[in-house]
Amino acid sequence: MTIATVDAVPVEVVRGRGGGGPAPTRTVVAYGFWIFILSDITMFSGLFAAYAVLSDRTAGGPTGSDLFNLRNVFIETMCLLVSSYTAGLGALSAERRQRERFLVFAAFTFVLGAAFLYIEISEFAGMVGKGAGPSRSAFLSAFFTLVGMHGAHVTSGLLWLVYMVAQVVAKGLRPHVLRRLLCFSLFWHALDIIWVGVITLVYLMGAR
Amino acid sequence: MDGDERVYADRTPGVEQQESTASYLSYTVGLGLAILATIGSFVVSQTSLLWPPGVPVGLVVLAFAQIGVHLVFFLHLGSGPDHTNNILALAFGVLVVFLVIVGSVWIIANLNANMMPMP
Repeated sequence: MTIATVDAVPVEVVRGRGGGGPAPTRTVVAYGFWIFILSDITMFSGLFAAYAVLSDRTAGGPTGSDLFNLRNVFIETMCLLVSSYTAGLGALSAERRQRERFLVFAAFTFVLGAAFLYIEISEFAGMVGKGAGPSRSAFLSAFFTLVGMHGAHVTSGLLWLVYMVAQVVAKGLRPHVLRRLLCFSLFWHALDIIWVGVITLVYLMGAR
Repeated sequence: MDGDERVYADRTPGVEQQESTASYLSYTVGLGLAILATIGSFVVSQTSLLWPPGVPVGLVVLAFAQIGVHLVFFLHLGSGPDHTNNILALAFGVLVVFLVIVGSVWIIANLNANMMPMP
């Protein structure tokens, strides 16, 4: 790499701090979306705090260990983890302009995400059916809010994925489509990070 | 990536900047480590492998390890100087999350301990 200077300031000093002029659009867009993801995680931290505070306020109702089925949670986790992997590989294929390969990975991502959502919704339905709905106790209100909010994010991520596939098919892998795909893959990876917090705090600590 | 163009560049979050052959490998290594951490958390929570009062600590450690794996291998966050902006934003996010969660648990536990016995 050549030794270069900007206004006589050594390169090492200005790298990564805006030296050398404006960043490319791609970097600006992804950085803005990164800020959004961090604010979304901050929003989730409020729900995590509520759950941590309320998790033993069961009002005489069922507790976590009565309700949680860890085998299902493990399958859910693996679905989401592998879908994060295929989403990453899909983003990589899109970067390399491999359209067919992107579509295959997007299909895998969608199916795994939908499987996650299916397991989660049937878990919720089973709990409501057993009289352990969100109005039963403070613990269950906090549970449904936290896990449901994550599920709502997964749902919107799936809709976004369908929309992205439609854009790739209709417009091709143009730069602005690639930027949106980059944002989508950041979002999908972030959902997996939040899920790590959910399984640890809600399921693994709750079902012991 | 073409070298000269990259000299000043800020890193784009979420983008692998190395040679492209390494990228699939990076995701696959990340997936493997994440699966290991997940299985580890389930084993720790379901068996008495760890001293029982230490289980929550073990789970938290494994969760942080897995989040680190996700950040490095899936979101391609690094510690180099061209990642300064991304890392600073992340550090601020982590600070706020820590304050909200730990602060809430701390304050409510205090209030709870000082409650009058309920009739």
